[in-house]
Amino acid sequence: MRAAVITFPGSNCDTDLQWALQQICGIPADLIPASQDSLAGYDAVFLPGGFSYGDYLRSGAIARFSPIMGAVKQFAAAGGYVIGICNGFQILTEAGLLPGALQWNTSLHFICAPATLTVVNTATAFSNQYTENQAITLPIAHGEGNYYADPVTLADLEAHHQVVFRYRENPNGSLNDIAGITNRAGNVLGMMPHPERRVEALLGGTDGQGVFNSLAHTVKEAAVHVAG
Amino acid sequence: MYKAKIYVNYKPSVLDPKAEAIKTALTRMDHQNVQDVLYGKYFELTLDGTDEAAVRDQVESICDQLLANVNMETYRFDLEAV
Repeated sequence: MRAAVITFPGSNCDTDLQWALQQICGIPADLIPASQDSLAGYDAVFLPGGFSYGDYLRSGAIARFSPIMGAVKQFAAAGGYVIGICNGFQILTEAGLLPGALQWNTSLHFICAPATLTVVNTATAFSNQYTENQAITLPIAHGEGNYYADPVTLADLEAHHQVVFRYRENPNGSLNDIAGITNRAGNVLGMMPHPERRVEALLGGTDGQGVFNSLAHTVKEAAVHVAG
Repeated sequence: MYKAKIYVNYKPSVLDPKAEAIKTALTRMDHQNVQDVLYGKYFELTLDGTDEAAVRDQVESICDQLLANVNMETYRFDLEAV
């Protein structure tokens, strides 16, 4: 498996993500500038956290028009795995790859704190190494993480089990305590908490490894399936 | 040439924490009669063009694609020849 991590102007979690993938989980990962327009040769693409284009207009609104996003859309449409974390989640909603939007936290505070989540769906490409309803603690660091979708979209998300992570104590006003969702096809994940910041005991825990290991497991199984 | 004056606001169903904070401040300032605060964005675009209908379509597409997130916001605009 080989992963691409996109660096937008203003991304600040790209090298952390590369470290978590490569040094901790053994997944080769390349940093790809947002000015490029190809993702050939990759099994998964990560959109990292940060403040792409200064969060001008709305977070993720400008990044969505970067040259690389055309390639990300094609990659996702072809069934490739796309993971957006924090600002990456915001970009995916702006690009229409995930439903809903991320609004200002109800407190209006930028919240940087550990959050305890429940893994509510372990039947996804990104969560199969967790156990159902497992409690995991991951850091959150956002001002706009308050998930909003209209009632029809929200009901649709729940009906199709697209919610992967929920907050145990809602920090930001997200509807249905949503911390992470997939698209209907299940190959695109967006989450506000930062798994890449919880991959070593030194950083306070290893609960984040499950996201990367789940994906590695999924890609490996698919390869065995194709070969077999 | 046309000038478009564009107003972007949250949909009524979206609770806007910033507008709520402004309302709370107004209440604290003794403006007890302020019932509601709408906090939005205002843009002015100046566009070359002679065909008003075409410019109107273009502004609509600019709003849909970039200036508003139609998942949570609505927009309206006035277009005038300048």
